[in-house]
Amino acid sequence: MLAGMATSASAQDTTLTIATVNNGDMIRMQGLTDDFTDKTGHKVEWVTLEENVLRQRVTTDISTKGGAFDIMTIGMYETPIWGANGWLVPLDDLSDDYNADDILPAMAGGLSHDGTLYAAPFYGESSMIMYRTDLMEKAGMEMPEAPSWSFIAKAARAMTDRENEINGICLRGKAGWGEGGAFITAMSNSFGARWFDEDWNAQFDSREWSDTLNFYKNMMDDAGPPGYATNGFNENLSLFQQGKCGMWIDATVAASFVTNPNDSEVADSVGFALAPDNGLGKRSNWLWAWALAIPAGTQNEDAAKEFIEWATSTSYIELVAEKEGWANVPPGARISLYENENYKDVPFAKMTLDSILSADPNNSTVDPSPYVGVQFAAIPEFAGIATDVSQEFSAAYAGQQTIEEALEKAQAITNDAMEAAGYR
Amino acid sequence: MARAVSNNRKLLNTVIAWTIGILIFFPILWTILTSFKTEAQAIADPPVFLFFDWTLENYEVVQERSNYARFLWNSIIIAGVSTILGLIIAIPAAWSMAFVPSKRTKDILLWMLSTKMLPAVGVLYPIYLIFIELGILDTRIGLIVVVMLINLPIIVWMLYTYFKEIPGEILEASRMDGASLKDEILYVLAPMAVPGIASTLLLNFILAWNEAFWTLNLTAAKAAPLTAFIASYSSPEGLFFAKLSAASTMAIAPILILGWFSQKQLVRGLTFGAVK
Repeated sequence: MLAGMATSASAQDTTLTIATVNNGDMIRMQGLTDDFTDKTGHKVEWVTLEENVLRQRVTTDISTKGGAFDIMTIGMYETPIWGANGWLVPLDDLSDDYNADDILPAMAGGLSHDGTLYAAPFYGESSMIMYRTDLMEKAGMEMPEAPSWSFIAKAARAMTDRENEINGICLRGKAGWGEGGAFITAMSNSFGARWFDEDWNAQFDSREWSDTLNFYKNMMDDAGPPGYATNGFNENLSLFQQGKCGMWIDATVAASFVTNPNDSEVADSVGFALAPDNGLGKRSNWLWAWALAIPAGTQNEDAAKEFIEWATSTSYIELVAEKEGWANVPPGARISLYENENYKDVPFAKMTLDSILSADPNNSTVDPSPYVGVQFAAIPEFAGIATDVSQEFSAAYAGQQTIEEALEKAQAITNDAMEAAGYR
Repeated sequence: MARAVSNNRKLLNTVIAWTIGILIFFPILWTILTSFKTEAQAIADPPVFLFFDWTLENYEVVQERSNYARFLWNSIIIAGVSTILGLIIAIPAAWSMAFVPSKRTKDILLWMLSTKMLPAVGVLYPIYLIFIELGILDTRIGLIVVVMLINLPIIVWMLYTYFKEIPGEILEASRMDGASLKDEILYVLAPMAVPGIASTLLLNFILAWNEAFWTLNLTAAKAAPLTAFIASYSSPEGLFFAKLSAASTMAIAPILILGWFSQKQLVRGLTFGAVK
């Protein structure tokens, strides 16, 4: 691969414009861009945006064929939809040195359409339990490697100490399809719920959805932090780092934050476990990847492919390990990373891999469903519908309406939108 | 006794004014303070106010990561040129509405204002497509035109309000003395309306400086101003509040300094015609 890059460096050098998110791994990549420029001669201009702004920005550009970017950072939700629309360049001709077979199958599957890879995973994540080992011990309980929801609820109540501002469990409740919506959808999978039946009829009138929301609310009312209905990733991260959460179920990338002694007061007493299940064969963890894709019609397709090969390669992982240590390499994308002896020493490495492997975007629900995706349904309408639905759920968590009212509204919102979109 | 009551009232007014001023300024002050904290101190509970280990680390990180000068230059050009261009168009428009009104003048003024009521996202796609067609996506010239157009109704309205305070007889007199239309606007009307024009200029410069929707959606790497600079430090998955605060402080610093030095002119302009 490097030989190929060196050859092209002597050819015409170009400037690539890359849109990306402001996440730790992406910022690290920006800092290492000189390595790519040295190898290829191509320069890189970064456009870094907050996740929601980025999503709107790149969607506008690609749907209008604006051509403002040569590479876009997108996720598992957008990739299959945009790939099906012909908006992305297929990544089926990457060099042999790149070793595309080394990409974790769950990631490759979620970033493909009809078996063709349309975005290369830069890092992948699932969700898992992060818990305070000292508080668990104080509660006289022991966390299993793969706990059930009933154990989690019992432990959460046992760990709660309101006088000392310790909440047994911190979970997302904030409205938004990527915030509380993602969590409750993944959780509902383990309760046997699904968004749609095989004919795209909404399923919020099912017992499984009612069980999911009632279980969540009862547990959070008893053991969650005050105002949990407005808490998202950052709010819970802040609470956990300050020692105010007994358990937190969220993205696996959070593991490096909560175990960093510079930021976290509880860095030396954090344990990890798989996201809970309910004995129905599905766990409540999600699957996500931030991936690099090339919009169709870019003038710099070859250089863009070179960049993607550089940024998502095993040699890039080694470069990060050399400069910043193995705990900071982008996780969850390549099989070989988890076979690397150096990486096995990272405390959350195994649990991250186990969590990723236990999520299947093509078969995420107990009963059959017509959609791909674990915490989302990969259809264009989903983001809008799920944002509205999660607003109703958050209102129920905050006590502004009952769970039944929220589910009734969710059912109506979803069926109306699906009918308008021609699915029903 | 009467004097004592007057002094008490003055004191009360001063206290109320300072309280309101501090309340309004507090979020900015908090942002500035947070920019000198570590990330852990930025989220500390209870929050730390002044007694913490002050650090410049966040500013160093921001300087290292971003080309601040380029964002700043783009902001100055976009806000400055769009405001001046807006004034060049708005002064004659406001003159005609204030001194030679027609039956439809009020309707036109209301219609102009009504364009501000449309949510910007409603016209994002048409404008984006026009930009692609004209080849002005991610260019300063494209943003200057858009920012000027979205602020134009406010500029016209403000100038119209100031011009209405100027007696039309003075302009009539200049016409009788043989002044052309250009002379009338440039040498008679403009000097009398300087405080109003200056405050309009300043206020619209601030509005253009802070405009975030279009500047984020119509730029990529080349023409992005300071609004995009701030957006690059916001993250829903990671606590980077101290760095975000440093970036925000750097983005608002120029406009704060400008506002500080021009506050007298700004207040004079905003109260122009208030006392007769």
